Amino acid sequence: MEVILTLGIGVLTASGVWLLLRPRTFQVIMGLSLLSYAVNLFIFCMGRLAIDVPPVITGDGRVDASQFADPVPQALVLTAIVIGFATTALFLVVILAARGMTGTDHVDGQERDS
Amino acid sequence: MTAWLQHLPVLPIIVPLLAGASLLFFAESRRWPRLLIMLFATLVQLGAAITMVWLTTDSVPDVWSRGIGVYAIGGWHAPFGIVLVVDRLSALMIAVNVTLAMAVTVYSIGRWDRMGVHYHSLLQFLLMGLNGAFLTGDLFNLFVFFEILLTASYALLLHGGGPQRTKMALHFIAVNLTASFAFLIGVAMIYSVAGTLNMAEIAWKWRLMPSDERGIAQAGAAILGIAFLVKAAAWPLNFWLPGAYHAAGAPVAAIFAITTKVGVYALLRAGSLLEDPSAPFGGAWLFYLAIATMIFGIVGMLASRQLPRLVSFVVILSSGTILAAVGSGAPSMIAAALYYMLGSVFATAAFFMLTGMAERLRAALPGVRDRAATPPPTYTAFAVGEPPDPYAPDDEVGVALPAAMAFLGLAFVFCTLLVTGMPPLAGFIAKFSLAAAAIDALPSTGVPGREWLFIVVLLIGGLAGLIALARVGMRLFWSVAGRQTPRLSITEAGPVAFLILVCIGITIAAGPTMTYLDSAAAGLADPKLYIQSVLQQSREVSP
Repeated sequence: MEVILTLGIGVLTASGVWLLLRPRTFQVIMGLSLLSYAVNLFIFCMGRLAIDVPPVITGDGRVDASQFADPVPQALVLTAIVIGFATTALFLVVILAARGMTGTDHVDGQERDS
Repeated sequence: MTAWLQHLPVLPIIVPLLAGASLLFFAESRRWPRLLIMLFATLVQLGAAITMVWLTTDSVPDVWSRGIGVYAIGGWHAPFGIVLVVDRLSALMIAVNVTLAMAVTVYSIGRWDRMGVHYHSLLQFLLMGLNGAFLTGDLFNLFVFFEILLTASYALLLHGGGPQRTKMALHFIAVNLTASFAFLIGVAMIYSVAGTLNMAEIAWKWRLMPSDERGIAQAGAAILGIAFLVKAAAWPLNFWLPGAYHAAGAPVAAIFAITTKVGVYALLRAGSLLEDPSAPFGGAWLFYLAIATMIFGIVGMLASRQLPRLVSFVVILSSGTILAAVGSGAPSMIAAALYYMLGSVFATAAFFMLTGMAERLRAALPGVRDRAATPPPTYTAFAVGEPPDPYAPDDEVGVALPAAMAFLGLAFVFCTLLVTGMPPLAGFIAKFSLAAAAIDALPSTGVPGREWLFIVVLLIGGLAGLIALARVGMRLFWSVAGRQTPRLSITEAGPVAFLILVCIGITIAAGPTMTYLDSAAAGLADPKLYIQSVLQQSREVSP
């Protein structure tokens, strides 16, 4: 499972960075989205990987922390998803406005050779 | 009284949130209720900020023990809940921020807030993000407040519309989103090792960390540092800044003068708490990076032909100067750098506001109306009516100021003296104390060349700024062909005069200010008190 997750994060990050460096606004926003997925997965796995363990600690008295998943990264990832979603939506609006105002989808607002 | 005073730290976050939200309920046409709300909210924040500065001095030791106030949000104490921590540095930054915001709010009443919608709401949300970032004692909460201030600043940068602003906002948002991802990765890596997000507890665990885990934590801190350096506009992460600040409206650029300082603040705070000889927040490489930033600012200043762009490079130069002082690590240099920051934030903000007024000198010339006057799309979307022409001579509110040219010229001279560090104003005292602190730090470090390099670049920066500003000033004020004296209202000229007066005030009260800043720098150099104050509270509650 570790290998799959690591490869997944790596592939997402690499594609995200490559797309981010492309000159078209659509590629840039796709790159940012892929990067945000990679970052969210990364935060999630920072609470250690575990299968079939609940994040909510039940019972009273002493509990064995190893029997439970870490709830904090899950809360963090929720916040990060919400914030990333909002900023991506905002960025999308700016991209549309830039497309309408400059008439091109190049990030600099003009084609390189013109 | 003390029971109420303990809720003081949360006011700079709650008040702008409520004010910004309640401004949304009033249509743009109902100017008086809106004006009252935002002025009242800013005044309350100013009062809270000044009270916090007063409480963190040694004159009232019984309210907050040893000048550090800890506020547990929702009654959940550290490390389980999120805490707000007020120490001298936080109180100072909030006071600077709110003072600046006061001037910007009043300045915008004249014309800028009518060039788009929801300007004042966004400004209040930006204030909330800034104040929260200065106050919070939790690393992830710092990220959330960063995002609040960034989202508000994206919208403010777009305020007024136009292709140039949209293009620059595109770059600004892309760079800052990427930096936010770096921030998140850094936070996650630190969490994976420290198991906590409370900054004081991270600092405490940092010292006890086994060496095999320390590597991951240091890598996380380094990635975090990159995110902070992007915000602080350190070379080579600052190419977004000149274009964005140039394209932004004058009051927006003025309030942006402090958003770069958030990055500097975060570096200072994290560098102080994660004190470690190999930690990535201080030391040689940050120093050389800062010198490169200063040189970039100097070259940019000399190459700029337009005043807003020139002032953007002044912002980069001042960021570089502060970062160099942080990188040198001596507490006396940090105190001097904080004093420098006070003067430079107010002076660059006043400069940006002045730019907005001086633009109209050029606007009167035929053929210089380079910015397209397309109406912002928000106007049609929100059905506010026709946007006012930004260059129309007679759409101002308030009383016109007599002797407009004399005021503009005088303010220009004052701002130039302040940012270049010429006597007799605060800029000179700041540069003098920076140089003096650098010379004092000479024998204690192994490489004596570093301090001299810093002093030389500092002086060249002043000279280059003087040359560049004199050139632009001559073109702006001494060319008489086709010029038309602009009509300045009190609401526009007043804030500029206010900021310059604040700078003169800290020049006159340099002694008490430096005493306060010295103790702020001492608190950064010895973070034990900070860590104890935050963590002790939880020990008292849960024995």
